[in-house]
Amino acid sequence: MNRREDWTYEEKALIPPVVKTSRLFWFTAAGLAAIVLWALYAWYYQLQRGLGVTGMGRPVYWGFYITNFVFFIGVSHAGTLISAILRLTRAEWRRPITRAAEIITVAVIAIGASNVIIDLGREDRLFNVIFKPHLTSPLLWDVLSITTYLTGSVLYLYLPTIPDSAILRDKLPRRRWLYGPLSLGWTGTERQKKLLNRAIAVMAVIMVPIAVSVHTVVSWVFAMTIQPMWHSSIFGPFFVVGAIYSGIAAIIVAMAIIRKGCHLEAFLKPLHFDYLGRLLLVMTLLWTYFTFAEYITTYYGNSPDEIRVMMSKLTGPFAPYFWTMVICCLPVPLVILGVKRFRTITGTVIASLLINVGMWLERFTIVIPTLSNPRIPRYNVHYTPSWVEVSLMAGCFALFILVYMGFTKLFPIISIWEIEEGREGVQETAERLESYLPEGEWGEAAGPVPAAASIA
Amino acid sequence: MPRYGMVIDLDRCTACQACVVACKVENNVPFTDPEAAAKGRTMLWIELLADIEGSFPSLRASLKPRPCLMCDDPPCTKVCPVNATYQNPDGIVAQIYPRCIGCRYCTNACPYGVKLFNWRKPEWPKPMAEGLDPDVSVRPKGVVEKCTFCHQRLQAARERAAWERRPMREEDYQPACAEVCPPNAISFGDLDDEKSEVHRLSRHDRAFRLLAELGTKPKVYFLREVGK
Repeated sequence: MNRREDWTYEEKALIPPVVKTSRLFWFTAAGLAAIVLWALYAWYYQLQRGLGVTGMGRPVYWGFYITNFVFFIGVSHAGTLISAILRLTRAEWRRPITRAAEIITVAVIAIGASNVIIDLGREDRLFNVIFKPHLTSPLLWDVLSITTYLTGSVLYLYLPTIPDSAILRDKLPRRRWLYGPLSLGWTGTERQKKLLNRAIAVMAVIMVPIAVSVHTVVSWVFAMTIQPMWHSSIFGPFFVVGAIYSGIAAIIVAMAIIRKGCHLEAFLKPLHFDYLGRLLLVMTLLWTYFTFAEYITTYYGNSPDEIRVMMSKLTGPFAPYFWTMVICCLPVPLVILGVKRFRTITGTVIASLLINVGMWLERFTIVIPTLSNPRIPRYNVHYTPSWVEVSLMAGCFALFILVYMGFTKLFPIISIWEIEEGREGVQETAERLESYLPEGEWGEAAGPVPAAASIA
Repeated sequence: MPRYGMVIDLDRCTACQACVVACKVENNVPFTDPEAAAKGRTMLWIELLADIEGSFPSLRASLKPRPCLMCDDPPCTKVCPVNATYQNPDGIVAQIYPRCIGCRYCTNACPYGVKLFNWRKPEWPKPMAEGLDPDVSVRPKGVVEKCTFCHQRLQAARERAAWERRPMREEDYQPACAEVCPPNAISFGDLDDEKSEVHRLSRHDRAFRLLAELGTKPKVYFLREVGK
């Protein structure tokens, strides 16, 4: 029963990457683990000596850690939100993408949230946010929405792995101890399928507003203060758009890597990159619109405090970061994604990498310049991150890749049953597409002609 | 309940910084070495704000001593996730050091740059470490601190008045900066008490508040300089 010849095409292609591990994988994992260990040492060093080992001071009380927090939470919108939207709109091409996207969310949201904990002066009192909560603080809203989002995302990642766990339970006897419990007794009956699909659909509906709320309240941490260029009513939607922007870019990069690394060229086709590239193009334009709206209103408002912050970005000490962000997020992606000839796998990956660099710089140029230019008093202090902050940032990125790599050894990075379901459902999908059209046979008049049309 | 407030007459102020020194000693405010100071980690609960208008050679500098402004509608208290900074019944914006998680949200929300963070464990040079004020707790590393209007003095004054079975008088409670000011530029008392000096001065023609347009309603007033 369990002979390799009996495996389906999907199983033959998707199970080996889980079981077989190349030497390159181990080398990469070891390198990343070394970076993570170094970052852990840096954290220990900081815990011993206090936040004095960072480059922060007055007035720049927040630095790399909070920038990374906002950036990572933004990238986390890749998975759950995009996957939920694609599922809800019944986009058939989503099938090989959803799981690869969802794990980004789970890994990155945990790492993003840890950045706030690293940033605390008193990590030992972290649970005061539970025992002594102060509900008017946007930071507490963050705690609530991020923990909800993390819990929901884990569930939303787990549900579609149940049938795959059952497949792996049957195909890999040596890992039965793991996949047996995870598959929750899945046998693939009609009732189970119906229940699972309903559960996934319900979760998808729930996750969309939660995801939107997460980056909205992250932006409100800034917008609810009265500081120049933070106190902006556009910040909620502006941050959500930026989050989805960097999120889609992260999916594209991850897809390109697993495509090569796990030899999944047959599943992740140029078409998928093309479609995601189009989505990314829409986000490029939306992001540009929001950014333009934010800066043009500040410029016309001409409030001296806001103009001081704005000019420090346009021409002042933050200009190199600001204009690099603009180049990475506007003209380059616009050309690559807008011209069909460039919207290839290589093209979309280059655009995506630049977008992620640009979006990190955007977070940086939102957090730091406002702090550097308070209303009073004026300071001549410039923020330069210390080795501790740089190490912890490198550690966060390394940990993210490591967790992602580890996940590919736990589950097929492309959902086996969902691809099979798509294959079996081709007929059904064709019927659904047909139902979008007016009724009647091809080439015939579609029923009686409406009265309004006959007048003309 | 009294509404404690302060009026600083900039026409009297000589910018001698006696208030700065008195505050530092009174409240066990930690010292910073030059290296830390360059990173912007100087700890001063009351400091001299320098406003420089124009550019050389036609410039005009004005200096204002700035304690915590004790806003009636403080932007810092509402953003604290754990209620470690709050407005107490005396109207004083207080800090609970053992509860603060050190997120520094309040330091970023304050438009006056009043709040300070303990980047390291506080240290004092040898002889000074033996002369710390026993009435004021030394803050641990990783928490936010700020001017409290010398709250310990209010507590002591209340206790003394209760012991002597009499109501509190204005001179019973004066913060260190107001007490020490050589030209008597700093007045302190109950803003709601119509007989008090601060009540009268806060309604003076020259009275103004820092960034009053932000709606924070500070309880510290300044009296404009009359001119040279």
